[in-house]
Amino acid sequence: MTDILAYLAGALLIVGAFFSLAAAIGILRLPDLYTRMHAASKAGTLGSGLAFVAIAVFALDGSVALRALAGFVFFLLTAPISAHLLAKAAYAAGYRPTEMMKVNDLEKDK
Amino acid sequence: MTFLAIAVLLAVTWAAITGTFSLGNLLLGGAIGVAALWVIRLQITRPKFLSKVPKIIGLALLFLYELVLSSIKVMALVLSPNMKKSLEPAIIAFPLRVKSDMEITLLANLITLTPGTLSVDVAEDRSVLYVHAISAPDKRGLIKDISTGFEAKIMEVFE
Repeated sequence: MTDILAYLAGALLIVGAFFSLAAAIGILRLPDLYTRMHAASKAGTLGSGLAFVAIAVFALDGSVALRALAGFVFFLLTAPISAHLLAKAAYAAGYRPTEMMKVNDLEKDK
Repeated sequence: MTFLAIAVLLAVTWAAITGTFSLGNLLLGGAIGVAALWVIRLQITRPKFLSKVPKIIGLALLFLYELVLSSIKVMALVLSPNMKKSLEPAIIAFPLRVKSDMEITLLANLITLTPGTLSVDVAEDRSVLYVHAISAPDKRGLIKDISTGFEAKIMEVFE
């Protein structure tokens, strides 16, 4: 039983690490801050979330598992807010989106 | 009643994070929760919280599902060799039907965690949410997806 849980936790860690890697590659490859936030806020959240779930599975201790899951929930609550704030602040500071952008309603309405 | 329910929820959360479910720790968590609620007392609107629990859980599950979907999509995008071709970024004005701060906040967060979209700003008069899309060949389709998906669900929870 513990063996199975250890393998499960290991698998979760590997998948989570893969998502985190994808987030990092996304931050390097995408053209501007706005598109980069997509990679950081989504793949990054799921990556660290899976690591938390792995801890919860491996710990075999209710209080540790609960804390790990609470950590995941806090990630879910805070990651989109920080991504949103960075995007808003960048826009307010005058950081222009990539030239690839064709539709920009925010520009049009201001 | 709603206030009390939130305070209890905060106390349990506190106990979960600190890892001790003793009476003293629960009371401490409750006290801190009440203090935190007191600080934000003017911002609290009172939706009928408890009767909405099944719909809230439904919304949370939808949220998790969309998060997984969105991560896989972003991953496939950034790992594809000809990434630049599939990128078509746009900032789109999404006309809001939901009006309260709570609903707009929730919708903005959900949008940020769904495939290819990120909330950037809300218009001063709260009529429009500006959404950044990583690849949006179809503006109307995107607006329709959000409005019949998340926005409709949020309206069910808060109506």
